[in-house]
Amino acid sequence: MLSVSDIVFERYFQPVFQPVSFELKGSELLLVTGANGCGKTTLIRVLAGILHPSAGKIGDLTGGMAYVGHYLGIKDDLSVLENLRFIRDFLGTSNRSCSELIRHVGLTRVAEQQARTLSAGQRKRCALARLLVSEAKLWLLDEPYSNLDQEGVELVDRMLSDHLGAGGACVLATHGAHRPDWAGTIDYHLVSGAAT
Amino acid sequence: MKAEPVSGSLSRAFFALLRRDLLLAFRRRTELLFPVIFLLVVVSLFPLGIGPGPQLLARIAPGVIWIAALLATVISLDGLFRSDFEDGTMEQFVISGHPLTLISLAKIVAHWLVAGLPIVLLSPLLALWMNLPTESLGVMMLTLVLGTPILSLIGSIGVGLTISLKRGGQLLSLLVFPLYVPILIIATAAVMASSDALPYTQFLGLLLAGLITSLTLAPFAAAAALKISLS
Repeated sequence: MLSVSDIVFERYFQPVFQPVSFELKGSELLLVTGANGCGKTTLIRVLAGILHPSAGKIGDLTGGMAYVGHYLGIKDDLSVLENLRFIRDFLGTSNRSCSELIRHVGLTRVAEQQARTLSAGQRKRCALARLLVSEAKLWLLDEPYSNLDQEGVELVDRMLSDHLGAGGACVLATHGAHRPDWAGTIDYHLVSGAAT
Repeated sequence: MKAEPVSGSLSRAFFALLRRDLLLAFRRRTELLFPVIFLLVVVSLFPLGIGPGPQLLARIAPGVIWIAALLATVISLDGLFRSDFEDGTMEQFVISGHPLTLISLAKIVAHWLVAGLPIVLLSPLLALWMNLPTESLGVMMLTLVLGTPILSLIGSIGVGLTISLKRGGQLLSLLVFPLYVPILIIATAAVMASSDALPYTQFLGLLLAGLITSLTLAPFAAAAALKISLS
């Protein structure tokens, strides 16, 4: 689904991480771990196409991708429901109803509230619902467990196993406090700095 | 990586974004009203500062109204991409696989409806304050109808370039005012020509040409600027 060979990203002519290569197929989870500042977020953003790699090649992707990063992309002045409806209309996906997805991520009680009134964990759940709205084959998750309570962590794991079980793939960056339980997990330890 | 849209058509995405931006503008009504109030205040200061000489006011009316329109537009411009940029929505737009040009165009259209159209609609009131001859009012409104979209379009390029800077707003005004000068000259020349009973259609033609040119080119430039700012 996603093949990456020797990608390097340079910031001010300094490589952020050592060259990254991997091959990801359907139903596989790439778990990117590493210390703070080793370039996990940068790698995810390169994979997402927001940043362009300085060297190396990323293969074409079919089936679309969805991304949840540190900035969640939720509009404060819209309600949870309006946020998701916009994403649905914008992407042109409409197979599942937005209120059903909101129930799935446990936000039914606050669905009509403006997003500015939500807690950090609730906002994260709203962003996770966007993954489901997008119906993308590849998920790029940057620290999806941050700000979530135990129930939220379980929700992410459940969503992940549903997604991977249905043939999707996922690249997940985490500093390693919790790791999802999935048989097809490939561990990737990211190291900062230039190639050695 | 090359992303493709999951499915769905581009026009649907365009109108979804346009609707969302208008809804957001309506939710933040104070931000919506501020440039309009600014416009009214600036124009109303001129009769107070210069003195109520009807002839003099009528003479400077086109320039005053147009300069106030430029200032009001620049004030509202900074918000064009900023909130989407800061809360991560712009990244989501990039990943969606929809062309950034289309996204820029939708946001520019929304900006004009929210910031440019009120100027056009208020111009009869401004013209009254400035004692603009009534026979020139139609031309004044026409120049605003043709000219204010150009302001939004050209401004979007500047916003795209300065969006990643913390105090981009100040740089933005330095960047776009020189580009607004030809529009100011042509538009005020048209209104002055009409109040002197001279032909003015050539100026309107120039404005229309400017509108068509910027409509076809500016969204591409704004999208390219946004891409630079994102990386």
